[in-house]
Amino acid sequence: MLQAIILVIAQVTVLLTVSPFLVGLIRKVKARLQLRRGASVFQPYADLAKLFRKQPVLSTTTSWIFTVTPYIVFASTLTAGLLVPTFISQNPMNFAGNIIALVYLLALGTFFLILAGLDAGSAFGGMGSSREAIVASLTEPAMILSIFAIALTNGSTNLSTIVHKTALLDGVATDPSPQLMALASLFLVALAETGRVPIDNPATHLELTMIHEAMILEYSGRYLALLEWAASLKLAVFLSLIANVFAPWGIATTAAPAAMMIGVLVYLAKTAALATVIGMIECMFAKLRLFRVTDLLGVAFILGLLGLLFFYTLRS
Amino acid sequence: MLNLLWILLGSYVVGILLPFCLPRRAEVQSLSAGVPAVVATSAGVVLGLLGLTSSGFITGSLASTIPLLAFAIRIDPLAAFFLLTISLAGLAASIYALGYVRHFDGRASVSTIGSLFNGFLCSMTLVVLADNGFFFLIAWELMSLLSYFLVVTEHEKTEVRYAGLFYLIMTHVGTAFIIVAFLILFQGAGSFSFEIFRHPNQSLPEGMRTLAFLMALIGFGTKAGIVPLHVWLPYAHPAAPSHISALMSGVMIKTAIYALIRVYFDFLGGQFPWWWGFTVLFLGATSALLGVMYALMEHDLKRLLAFHSVENIGIILLGIGSGMIFHSYGLKELAALGLVAGLYHTINHAMFKALLFLGAGSLLYATHVRNIEEYGGLLRRMPWTGICFLIGAVSISALPPTNGFVSEWLIFQSLFLSYQLPTAFLKLMLPIAAAILALTGVLALACFAKAFGISFLALPRSTHARHAEEVPAPMRVGMGILAVFCVVLGVAPMVILPLLDQVVAPLAGISIQGKVLAMDGWALAPVNVDFSSLSTPTLALLLMALALLGWGLAVTFGGHRRKRRYKTWGCGINLTPRMEYTATGFVQPIKRVFSTVYQPTVKLETEFLDESRYFAKRRRFEFHIEPIFEKYLYDPLVAFFTTLADRLRVIQAGSLHLYLTYIFVTLILLLLLAV
Repeated sequence: MLQAIILVIAQVTVLLTVSPFLVGLIRKVKARLQLRRGASVFQPYADLAKLFRKQPVLSTTTSWIFTVTPYIVFASTLTAGLLVPTFISQNPMNFAGNIIALVYLLALGTFFLILAGLDAGSAFGGMGSSREAIVASLTEPAMILSIFAIALTNGSTNLSTIVHKTALLDGVATDPSPQLMALASLFLVALAETGRVPIDNPATHLELTMIHEAMILEYSGRYLALLEWAASLKLAVFLSLIANVFAPWGIATTAAPAAMMIGVLVYLAKTAALATVIGMIECMFAKLRLFRVTDLLGVAFILGLLGLLFFYTLRS
Repeated sequence: MLNLLWILLGSYVVGILLPFCLPRRAEVQSLSAGVPAVVATSAGVVLGLLGLTSSGFITGSLASTIPLLAFAIRIDPLAAFFLLTISLAGLAASIYALGYVRHFDGRASVSTIGSLFNGFLCSMTLVVLADNGFFFLIAWELMSLLSYFLVVTEHEKTEVRYAGLFYLIMTHVGTAFIIVAFLILFQGAGSFSFEIFRHPNQSLPEGMRTLAFLMALIGFGTKAGIVPLHVWLPYAHPAAPSHISALMSGVMIKTAIYALIRVYFDFLGGQFPWWWGFTVLFLGATSALLGVMYALMEHDLKRLLAFHSVENIGIILLGIGSGMIFHSYGLKELAALGLVAGLYHTINHAMFKALLFLGAGSLLYATHVRNIEEYGGLLRRMPWTGICFLIGAVSISALPPTNGFVSEWLIFQSLFLSYQLPTAFLKLMLPIAAAILALTGVLALACFAKAFGISFLALPRSTHARHAEEVPAPMRVGMGILAVFCVVLGVAPMVILPLLDQVVAPLAGISIQGKVLAMDGWALAPVNVDFSSLSTPTLALLLMALALLGWGLAVTFGGHRRKRRYKTWGCGINLTPRMEYTATGFVQPIKRVFSTVYQPTVKLETEFLDESRYFAKRRRFEFHIEPIFEKYLYDPLVAFFTTLADRLRVIQAGSLHLYLTYIFVTLILLLLLAV
């Protein structure tokens, strides 16, 4: 019990500290590829500290939904983060929910963000909310199918069980093609869910092209800080998910201190690598028109379905 | 327990008769109908719980002089579960009605509404308690007729009369199919007693069983609102007074689910080929997806909710259909899981849909309009209605830790466990059904974000909304009860699942109680702990703890800062409601992406000023989506029957001599036949 509590606290700490770094890293990679020097990778921490100290301005139009949303989004994203193994494969909160619970916890945050976007009464917020709704509806089926492909190959939908088994090379399939399909599908889903290019542009300054940023346009001060932190947490959750489900090696499989130290370092390396890839993608591609996003997420859906088909045809 | 049954039925009878015997004052009349209804539904709740927990059945029977008819009642776990569901929703609705019915004073007879309300609840109760086919059909017909009378409460409006007629025709077509199904069962049994239906003297041939399956599916499917038989729902449910809509949408359509389970698992003994289950699953997936898609385009709050009933019936059928598929392959544990999931969603949907309809009723009461484009900013003016509606919206969107999430999660698990099935076709179809369920879930989320966001947030969009006031206490209490149940059913699945297991064990032939709960009941782990687990109480605690952590971090890093309030930036001009995003605008991207389904027609006519083409004098925007089922399925059918009737009119010429000839000819023919 005590060990479980310590591990939960450790997991929360790791997620909270690592997530702004990942955002900073993506920005740095982008800057270097654009031949700029760019801000330090630790700039997001300074931004958060600054925002927390600022006085929040609330719109007179808003209701209490607007003020509770940052807390709900922060809490639901962090709870989702507790269901994903980061540096140790035997996650103490494994019993609390499987990957479906994770999807729906993130949806809880999305729901309240959409509401908050509508609450201020500005057209920009509503536009962001409306677009978030369509992007979310297109990602979810693809995500469920890719999850199912993963669940089948590992015989579980519980993330810790999947990661632990794979890390110990227990019952690993000889042909990785279902996993590869699922990986591709989940990666596209991750780009959409975390609001990255080519679906959304986190660095945009033009309200008409924003999705996530438009919903949180009216936020300031500590509320904005919590939402920014939650957004980077969501990125960390998806990167941990991809890194540990498809390549869990190096993760601590026991609660021994030495193994956990290595686990933390390996986790940092893996997520940093993925963040670099995202940074490169952000440089190489332009943002898609909203109605072209359908095609991209349709591809993600088909990839998930192919993963499933490959699994069944390979087995029989 | 028999005493409770008498209290239950006695109070309903009192509630039916009393309102007519008292002076014509709205308060007295609504109390005289409401108090018996509260007593009866409370008795129903207790009786339902007793029936679920006790091992024996309660049976009672009154013989009648009509052959084949016996007023037989049996409370087995399945009946008890539906009795509990009906009574819980009924309890909330009857308390709500105490405040709501005043709204009709002067426009409709309060005593009639009260009396019909009691009669409607009583007939639904009898439908699930009946233990005789004939008695069941009488109760079923009473339920349909009484709800029809309630639908046409505001019969002075043309669209209400149209809705009523549509409903009446559809429900009777459904009843005709049900009668055929029961006659087939009767043929095997030689009696209308359900007990003999269960153990017939001679078992039915395969063809007849299939026919009974199809007839029951069409008949009960009409009541349940399965696509393409759903067309009456969006007309009839919104037309009724809101507490009646809550009962129709929340529980009346569930009696069809009850009857389907009763017929397939009880009467036909769970012996069926896989394609029965697949048909149910397919219809479920179609209903779920199309229901939510049409709901998204709807801006009349009550019609929107009615379409969501189609969606949720689909979700329930996904659970039951997967259960049937597993059952026909002998995978009893999984079959039980599918049924448990379906039934769990049944009671959950009863709670949140009744809650949402009551919420819609409160909005109607406060603003006198149903179009959400005319709401806005109501959370400030109606805080209690707002929070109840929000809880309902979160539940129906299946977000943790509320009840809708738990049951959809269970349905996901039963669809995921399809890899144990032997055929490749089904192995692939069930995950696709899961993907459809995921799409449905997130579209429902979008739809309720729209419904809540446009109605309750931002600035009031009309004078109606600006002058809205919070509804009276009984209405708030009615909604509050259901809101509490939405949360309780979500965070306490360990209490609910053993009860559902009681219901399902005799049907699936196996008890899965020990296999669904893990960690002393704190987590759900269907069939296999390694495969999946979920603990909503833990998730709820974590959510609260981490929200506190967020607050703590904000205070630690930033200290206590006074908030400043200032108006929203409107690009330099003052913000008006006309600048807000509308519901139509909100769903525009969805409409565009799924335009194959919607086939939308958009018309924009602009009248320009004579002086210049750059200034518009007036703009007219028209938008509607193609009602595919009505256009391509029902209109041709109606046209066919109208032509047929026209042709047949020839024989009804109105001449007495001709009719006498008919009688003579018939007589001769009969005599010839007799020889």
